[in-house]
Parts: sequence; structure tokens; C-alpha cells
Amino acid sequence: MCLGVPMKILSVNQEFGTAEAEISGFRQQIRIDLLEDVREGEYVIVHAGFAIQKISEEDAKSTLELLKDIFFDDEIPE
Amino acid sequence: MMKYLSEFRDSKAVRGLVEEIHAIPLDRKVKIMEVCGTHTMSIRKFGIHRLVEDEVELISGPGCPVCVTPVSYIDQAIMLAERDDVIITTFGDMLRVPGTEGSLEDRGRDVRVVYSPIESLKIAEENPSKKVVFLAVGFETTVPTIAATISEAHRRGIDNFYILEGNKIMPPAMRALLDDRNMQIDGFLLPGHVCTVSGYLQYRFIAEEYGRTAVVSGFEPVDILLAIREILLMVNNGKREIRNLYPRAVRPEGNRRAMELVNRIFKEADVEWRGLGNIPGSGLVLREEFERFRITQVIELPEIKSREHPLCLCGEVLKGKAKPEDCKLFGKGCTPEHPIGPCMVSSEGTCAAHYRYRSH
Ligand code: SF4
Repeated sequence: MCLGVPMKILSVNQEFGTAEAEISGFRQQIRIDLLEDVREGEYVIVHAGFAIQKISEEDAKSTLELLKDIFFDDEIPE
Repeated sequence: MMKYLSEFRDSKAVRGLVEEIHAIPLDRKVKIMEVCGTHTMSIRKFGIHRLVEDEVELISGPGCPVCVTPVSYIDQAIMLAERDDVIITTFGDMLRVPGTEGSLEDRGRDVRVVYSPIESLKIAEENPSKKVVFLAVGFETTVPTIAATISEAHRRGIDNFYILEGNKIMPPAMRALLDDRNMQIDGFLLPGHVCTVSGYLQYRFIAEEYGRTAVVSGFEPVDILLAIREILLMVNNGKREIRNLYPRAVRPEGNRRAMELVNRIFKEADVEWRGLGNIPGSGLVLREEFERFRITQVIELPEIKSREHPLCLCGEVLKGKAKPEDCKLFGKGCTPEHPIGPCMVSSEGTCAAHYRYRSH
């Protein structure tokens, strides 16, 4: 349950503290109010609908592969 | 990209590390506990426990939030869920956890699984005549998302949203395990995503007060083997330190902004853990200013005698004192399809991980 899923930020709505984010083609609105200054194009770890930390692109991708492996038997996590 | 990935899963890297581990001179088997359900799953899935079985006894600890939630909490949640005036919102893991009688899934009237606690606010706005209660279960990783939801409800003046408090924090539980003289854990794998939020400086007591080691670890097989090797080297050299081998996602101080929000809404309290009993300062409850979000403030719940299944060893499994295989029901009366205890319900529960990867 402490699992974080990496996502890419597509666009940011600072006023509402939300962002449009994407993972393997799956798009979702997430909250970014737990982080400072999240920008378009950055990668974040998302847990329960909230971005909890920024990470690098490579780390995002390697983490994602692992998650698919362990939890989703190669399906895309939601 | 592929190169980077293969670097992590490269069996050569794994083999090299395992050889290095075999070469460390140790005069006894070293006990290492992981306190994160995702580590448990990764270890079992990739069979890491077998690769290092001569050197290390890997023990699963209280790393699954649903599993450590006491049966009395589940019973309270079920009582709330049976009322006409309540909608329960919860993470999916909670649905099938057995209470003293039945589960939320088979006894609740309106129980809605949410992906994020913040979805509860929309449900509350759409159902003004109902009380919407979020089952606030989870460790440091999850707590900020609940704190943010309460802060938002407060700001927007939503007055029919509540929580049933059940959040817990990891360091006091580890202290309780270290205080148990029968356990003798040499080192801990620290939970990667818990530390993403809370940092790892607060784990220094493990070295400073107990003379043991701990390493923040990622979730890849190579990450976990690196962390195991680090602990073995420290044990071998007599070093007692806390180290971070997951800097990709973990900074020493964690996510300050998230922690500040948590501290504004919640304060520490002594709470009950399944198996581990009451642990001082190990739970989070609402501060006075936010008490109006506490459901038990508006709905009084009758005391009932909560009872766990008499044969379920989940409590002992969570302390690392029993293995799932020691339980008479493991794989027989108790499977993920028909779970008897929470350790078999949640996918990251120790019994579920052992069952799923039992051939590994
Ligand atoms: S196998 Fe089932 S009954 Fe046995 S300890 Fe695990 S959860 Fe409890």
C-alpha cells in the first residue's frame, strides 16, 4: 500500500494544485500540492492520487518496469 | 533506456553480488528484517531469500498497513458501514479483511473503493444527507494524502466528511521489535517509499541506541541485494550505521512540505497494532483543531468484544516470530480467495506473498 507509481507531468494547474499526468498512455489528474514547483515534463512518484516526490526520467522508467513485473503481470497499473 | 533497465535486472549483476555476499566472512547467520510489503513481494518473487540463505535469514516484519490494523478497527468500520446514514470510502485492500464477524464487503451497505482519499470529498458533496467516512489506514507514505484531504475539506467547509483514525508510523514499531530480547535483529531494510516522505534521519536511533544497522533500499532485486551486502559488510566490520542506497527517490529529510502538513493536522498517539500490541507514539490522531473530522465524535460506537480467528498466526507473522508456513491454515483453509486473516488479504501481506510465490 506504500507503493508509488512514477508518472510524467503533461500540464500543471497551479491554482487548483492539480496536474495532468501520464503513465504508459494512461492519463490521470493528480494533486501536486505536496510538492513545490512541479513543472511540465518532469517525472514524479504518485501515491494515492498525490505526487509525493520528483524523480529522474530513467528512474521513473526503471521503477515502472519493476512495478509491472511484481504487481501487474505486465498490465499497466492504474 | 533498455540498457539502464537491464542493468537493474541483469542476472550477471545479481550473480556478481551474490558471489560477493558469499565471500563475506561471517561467523553466524545474520538476521535482516524488511518492514515494507513491497520488499516482501520483491524478495519472494525473485527468490532473493534463497540466493542468500546460507548467510542471511530474511524476516518479514509489520510492513503491510492493512495487516497491522487491529480487528477492533475492522469491527468499528463494519459497524459504521451497516448504518443507513453512512457511506464508507476506503482503499480496496480493506474490503475483504475479516472482522470478528464478516467483512466490509459482505456486511457494508454503501462501501466505495477509492484510489485517492480526495475522492471522498466529491462523494460527500454529492451526498449531503450522508456522512462520508474514509478509513484512514496507512503509513507515512499515505498519511500526507489524507492530511491534504482534511485540509481541503476544512478549506471548502465540507461538513459531512469524516475519517476513522487508523494511521500508523514505522519508527516506534521498529523500536518495539528491537526491545524484544527474543528477536535479535541485526539489520533492517528500510522502506523506500515511506522514506521518500519521511526521510531516514529519524531511523538513526537504530544505530545510536540499539547498535544495529539499517539501509534504505529500492525494490529491484539488485537494490535489495546491494542493501543486504551493505548490512553484512557493516556487521562484519563492526560498523553500526544508517545508510541510504535508494537516493533516486529518497532524500535524508524526505518531503518536508508533506511532513509539515501531516504535523499540522495530526499528532502522535499510543495505538494498537495487530500482533505487536499497544505501541507508544506509533499512531496519528487528529489535533484538537481538526477533531470535527473524527467520526467517533458524532457517531458513538458500542463496545464489542473483537476476536481474531483462533488459529490465525498473522499477529506472530507480523512480529517476524512465525512464518506463514507455520500456520495450520496456510494454503489449506486460508488462501487469497478465502482469506482467514489480513496477512492473506492484502497482496503485500506476508502470507499472500509466500502463497503467491510458494514455488520460488
Ligand atoms: S495463513 Fe491465513 S490464517 Fe494463517 S497466519 Fe496467514 S492470514 Fe492467518
